[in-house]
Amino acid sequence: MRWVTATPARSRAILLGAAPLAVLALGYVIAAAARHADNPADKILPLPGAMAAAMAGLLFEADPLSGQYLFWADTIASLWRLGLGLGLATLSALLVGLVLGVLPPVRATLGPLVTAIAVVPPVALLPILFIVFGLGETAKVALIVIGVAPFMIRDVAGHIAALPHEQVIKALTLGANSWGVMLRVALPQAMPRLIAALRLSLGPAWVFLISAEAIAADVGLGYRIFLVRRYLAMDVILPYVVWIALLAVVMDFVLARASRRMFGWAHLGAR
Amino acid sequence: MALLSLKNVWVEYGDKVVLERISLDIAAGSFVSIIGPSGAGKSSLLRVILGQERPTRGRISLADAPLPAECGPDRGVVFQRYSVFPHLTVLGNTLLGLEFSASPFTARLIGSARRAAIAEAEAILASVGLADSMNLYPAQMSGGMQQRLAIAQALIKRPRILLLDEPFGALDPGIRSDMHKLIKQLWRDHGLTIIMVTHDIKEAFSLGTRVLTLDKRRHDPHAPHRYGAGVVYDLALTRKQADEAADPALTAEVNVGITIDTVGNN
Repeated sequence: MRWVTATPARSRAILLGAAPLAVLALGYVIAAAARHADNPADKILPLPGAMAAAMAGLLFEADPLSGQYLFWADTIASLWRLGLGLGLATLSALLVGLVLGVLPPVRATLGPLVTAIAVVPPVALLPILFIVFGLGETAKVALIVIGVAPFMIRDVAGHIAALPHEQVIKALTLGANSWGVMLRVALPQAMPRLIAALRLSLGPAWVFLISAEAIAADVGLGYRIFLVRRYLAMDVILPYVVWIALLAVVMDFVLARASRRMFGWAHLGAR
Repeated sequence: MALLSLKNVWVEYGDKVVLERISLDIAAGSFVSIIGPSGAGKSSLLRVILGQERPTRGRISLADAPLPAECGPDRGVVFQRYSVFPHLTVLGNTLLGLEFSASPFTARLIGSARRAAIAEAEAILASVGLADSMNLYPAQMSGGMQQRLAIAQALIKRPRILLLDEPFGALDPGIRSDMHKLIKQLWRDHGLTIIMVTHDIKEAFSLGTRVLTLDKRRHDPHAPHRYGAGVVYDLALTRKQADEAADPALTAEVNVGITIDTVGNN
């Protein structure tokens, strides 16, 4: 048996994948316990019990000032911004990416512009967004869109442009016009790639969301983390980070399942 | 009378001459095989007839009307690979040609028109032997089945000319001989006019009613790109029908009439 061909069975793979996570959690608990043995008032590595207590307050008790359940208000605000930003980015990637990919004259005209926008670091544009859109929701959503849309557009356009030219010729001999090629040949084949690009964009999108919330917000997961940082409140920061990771994993999983269910043909070769 | 005629067609890329002085008349109902060494412009000739490329010089006419330099439904094509759409089932791939012409805006059919189209597609698929595979995707099929589908897809448009670009080149020998029987059957049943580019000389002679050989007539060792290829052999194969019926295999007696460069002038 060689390592390169030793593919583990599904149940075994789950077990193997869970092991490092368990080791990490155990290592944390041991380190936290050691620190608390030295100094019972340690704030840097809070024990699970302290995290549970701190989170219970945010989860189940309304904030006396605003009357909101802070954890849920943060989650809803962040997910709303993220969803809106990713939705707009996905829509623009589909429309612009499709047109760029299918029509060579449009690609020649707009391709360099998209590339130029894509190489600008989005966070460097954040001050401009704040100046133009103010400190409200628009600037945060705009940062996510500007941050991920160029990558998604280029990915979808590149994928469509790389479809075998024979497909286009074949469609034309079947009586299609340019619109028909776009609608029946390019669009369906762009969809699974669009979902793949969206999955890859989840990470950057979270980065831009947390950055924008850290700088100017009054609610949101990133806002809360940066707010409680002032009090060294690791018992809130760590559960929030885990929660963000969990949300990201669930989104990724749902998108992967959706792609398999809706565009099964694209996953036939991977079996 | 000729269905397709090329008059003094040249194809040049920059100062590289690929094809020169191609003059051909192709009769309706003929099965023309094009052979020749690699780089002799076989595929370029096919692309020009397909309308994918415009000849640098010369005229091409289809049924006496000048051929527009763009692809259209009057010329069907089957490539060696990538002829079928991976996101559509066998039935969907076959329906596509009918859908494009039926509604230019949505490119879809609904209701009774769709049912009629499905019946037509099913008949064509049965004739290429894919009746039991309607709902498979191309990724689930062998190379031979994909080429059967590509042929069905082209036939449903009832093209004036069917162009085959090394259609069986990627298939293994057993499948290939099945495909030879199929294409010959379809050619006869549908009264097709076929132009096929191939590397396989045996295939060219066993299927074709006429074999064209493309090669360079002249060669300049200091500037090999300055002379393009032309038709160096134009062989009309006339078979006795009785022989055909008795033994349609490759051993059929072939009366070969060789005319070297009938139309060009050396």
